[in-house]
Amino acid sequence: MNTISLDKPLIKRRPFSFEKWAPALLLLTAIILYVVACIVTGQTQYLTLDNLLAVVGRSIALGITAIGQTFAILVASIDLSVASLISASAVLSSVVMNGNPDMVVPAIVLALILGAVVGLLNGLVITQLKVNPLIATLGMSLIIQGVLSAFVSNFAGSVPEEFQFFAYGSVFGLPFGTVFFFGLAFLAFFILRYTRFGSQIYAVGGNPDAARFAGISTTKMIVSAHIICSICAVIAGLYLASRLRSGAPWIGSDGLYDLESIAVVVIGGTILAGGRGGIWGTVAGMLIFSLVDSFFNIIEIDAFVKQVLRGVIIVAAVAFYSVKSRRAVA
Amino acid sequence: MHKLVKHSLALGLMMSLPTMVMAQNFDDPIEFAKQKEQLTMTANGPANKPWEQYIGDRLASTQRFAKKGGSTVCFSNAGVNNPWRVVGYTDMIEEVALHSDIKAFIHVDAEGSDDKQIADINDLLAGGNCDILIVSPNTTAALTPAVEKACQQLPVIVFDRGVQTNCPVTFIHPVGGYGFGIQGAEFVAANVEKGSNVLMLRILPGVDVLETRYSSGLRVLKEAGLNIIGTEFTGADNAKTKSIVEDYLQRGTIDAVWMDAGATAVAAIEAFEDGGYDIPVFVGEDQQDFLQKWKKMDITAIAPTYPTYQWRTAIIAASRILQGESVPGPEWVLPQASITKANLDEFINEAMPPLHYAMCGCEDMPNYPQAWGGK
Amino acid sequence: MNSLVTFARRYTSINWANINPVYFVLAALIVAIILNNPNFIEPTGYMNFLKRAAPLAILAAGQLYVIVSGGFDLSVGSMITLVVVGSSMLTNNDPAATMWVIPVMFGMGALVGLINGMVVCYLRVPSLITTLGMMITLNGFAFLWSGGAPRGYLPDTFRFFGRVSYKDIPLIHMLPVALIVLVVVGLILYWLMHKTNLGRMIHAIGDNPNTAKLAGVSVNQARISAFIVSSLSAVVAGILLGGFAGVSTSVGVGYELQAITAAVLGGAVLLGGRGSVPATIAGALTLMAIFTLLNFLGMPQPVRQIVQGLILIAAVALTMRRKGKHANS
Repeated sequence: MNTISLDKPLIKRRPFSFEKWAPALLLLTAIILYVVACIVTGQTQYLTLDNLLAVVGRSIALGITAIGQTFAILVASIDLSVASLISASAVLSSVVMNGNPDMVVPAIVLALILGAVVGLLNGLVITQLKVNPLIATLGMSLIIQGVLSAFVSNFAGSVPEEFQFFAYGSVFGLPFGTVFFFGLAFLAFFILRYTRFGSQIYAVGGNPDAARFAGISTTKMIVSAHIICSICAVIAGLYLASRLRSGAPWIGSDGLYDLESIAVVVIGGTILAGGRGGIWGTVAGMLIFSLVDSFFNIIEIDAFVKQVLRGVIIVAAVAFYSVKSRRAVA
Repeated sequence: MHKLVKHSLALGLMMSLPTMVMAQNFDDPIEFAKQKEQLTMTANGPANKPWEQYIGDRLASTQRFAKKGGSTVCFSNAGVNNPWRVVGYTDMIEEVALHSDIKAFIHVDAEGSDDKQIADINDLLAGGNCDILIVSPNTTAALTPAVEKACQQLPVIVFDRGVQTNCPVTFIHPVGGYGFGIQGAEFVAANVEKGSNVLMLRILPGVDVLETRYSSGLRVLKEAGLNIIGTEFTGADNAKTKSIVEDYLQRGTIDAVWMDAGATAVAAIEAFEDGGYDIPVFVGEDQQDFLQKWKKMDITAIAPTYPTYQWRTAIIAASRILQGESVPGPEWVLPQASITKANLDEFINEAMPPLHYAMCGCEDMPNYPQAWGGK
Repeated sequence: MNSLVTFARRYTSINWANINPVYFVLAALIVAIILNNPNFIEPTGYMNFLKRAAPLAILAAGQLYVIVSGGFDLSVGSMITLVVVGSSMLTNNDPAATMWVIPVMFGMGALVGLINGMVVCYLRVPSLITTLGMMITLNGFAFLWSGGAPRGYLPDTFRFFGRVSYKDIPLIHMLPVALIVLVVVGLILYWLMHKTNLGRMIHAIGDNPNTAKLAGVSVNQARISAFIVSSLSAVVAGILLGGFAGVSTSVGVGYELQAITAAVLGGAVLLGGRGSVPATIAGALTLMAIFTLLNFLGMPQPVRQIVQGLILIAAVALTMRRKGKHANS
């Protein structure tokens, strides 16, 4: 780990952009699969615009989480604490709001502060105590879950009608949640692509030693990435609280948002070793997940077969990129 | 030292608790009394078909939903993630096969996720061409908005766990958690001395139907003057259950074991068996492995049930509603009988799998027992 | 005389620093447990403890192979479930079937490990994702095979390994078969890891795959072997767990993370290169001792989770400090 790996170029090199187009190819495959399934089973009513919006809306919470996870993975870290944090954020906001519209803003602010603190702690444990990110965030996940379930064991509090706009409202005839998701994705894209902060994130993940030589503080970047990741998880928690009208301590872990968000990011072509990938890949990954889910529903596949296939799909999709890479794997 | 840690932790938790714990009351004396009464009431309907019976006499009229020709029944399932749901779902599939009026049965499985189930219901509403929607909610509170939305478009049936709205045509469920708790605890109270040690084993906190079983069980046991030596969560894990009981046996005697669900009852019995202890009074459930062990070892036991036949009832209700026949509603309360020593033999069937739920009401169905995994 | 003292001091001081702290932690925990529950000194007390810890200890020792080689194996929990469910399906209540069902299970384990290893080596999918996919797939497969609910009991011949204890043995009164299994499997895994060429290769590729390759180590072969060992240890753990408590579809849930935690408590360095089988087994016993102690203290589940999380982070932070010091000196 201490040696400079030979296979990570110091300068980003873009020869044949297979990796760049691979998420799009996978997404296209998923779309074709979905459309063919609709036509073959004679359920063309699933091809209306309304329905396609519903498909996109299936995984908003997962998508928001995955956007944050992308930042963590880009700096060669990872975050397993997102699922517990989602639950914590949903419960905290719903308890603070407790049906009162005046408390919406304080609740959101509190939740965001919670996210920032958790992200900061994750980042510090990883950079200062040199704890492997997987363990650091797994530990954090256990701690959050423990604290949370010490206080609540069921749905707690409720969100006022006004706040349900997040999940159920619409703007310009489009579901607000979906619009928000794409807005967030665009913001993340902008940060990563057009700001110095963004290029430093890539630099730290791609080659920490070179980044350090170039005067970039890896600590600062890793901590920032984790704060962003946790804040996204908190937003996903707020979205779920709005969607479920309340928060419960199991919604994050039941939704498997930790492992699924990682799967979405890597299916989107961001590599676990860090430094390569991007937001649009993650968006494609999230859409692939939604399409596959809907596809399974349309062809009415057995729930257990569905699970088997989902595992295979995750590995196959990642293999689709990685099989060509020369990088060392572990 | 450890006491200090323990107390300060406990204090910290307690101080913040009152402000955090919310509404839902799982120890409601009115509901307790109501279910206690329902346990003894005679149900309406054919006595040999408890899945068609109902307690009380309120009916919901459904002429407005009458439909000519074959119908499409849609079902949003919370999941088939435990044996109880597997048995129930099999009941349902077999019941569908008995109805020629049901042309199509569309089933979507949310795999235990609220978020997914909401999306599933939206999908069905948008494109499923459903004539009626059956929902078995993953959780009560979270699914309420989705069910309310569905009610505006088509008739809805909810069963097992409820929702916080009266909009469905009917909500099908057996008597309930309080009833289940009462049945087991009253049996324990009747079969041990006052002051005896009772171990209470629960699956996990927070689930409505399990919380009410516990609160009513605890109430009855306490009123009978019994000594609760501990309440532990097993997570429905056999190994953990057995370990917990072994630990308690190391520290003292156990005169009775009360469980809020019977899936791990045999593991708990084995802890006594392997340690060379006599088997105490047991509250289990209607799983075959427990019933068989009970008979084989001649245990003083009872099996309250949460009948899987309610999955049949959901289809029967759907079919009747689409023919415009009235159904019990807004609640369809099914009878909830216990299995006792007197009728144990009726329910034992060695050909069935260990975790088959005997109160399935499925013995007369055409594909019994193969469809349920029997031989 | 003087030099002897210096020698002795140096000897002891070196010795103390080199002993893995997990052993002290374990000893301290056991003392704490005994203070809380004197019954623990009775054979039924500590033997039951060892019996329960055996599956995790074996699983963690197997997981260690993958960790030392630089990867993770998240599929072991589902593998346990598959072994228990699959065995109940195959034995079909026939006590004689155990004879061939157990070898079949080992065959299945080897196959799963082989697939994990090959996907990582040849399709170059990171082990985290490979074994995550395998975890989901195997779990689905276990449910699919049994139709969601186990369809048979496990016969007593199968349950022998996890359930039975030899009684009336002088001195210790009882000796669980599971403990014998732990000792035997532990010795094999120790020998394989620390005394054979395979063990050296696994250490080498975890330390630095590029140098290992240059030094002539067959990286793929060693890595695939590590995954196979891990899956096989999951089969053993499954046989013990199924034996201990019978059939259920959730038996393996969460074991993958517990196994990784145990290895980490034993001082294994994630992403490879360092780890010891005895220390990992001690790590597993430590984890179980923590749970037992918290249980005796009457701590509710949430507190257990918090403590587990804190200990996990502290253990790794400590290991990294130790590693850093050694590197500097």
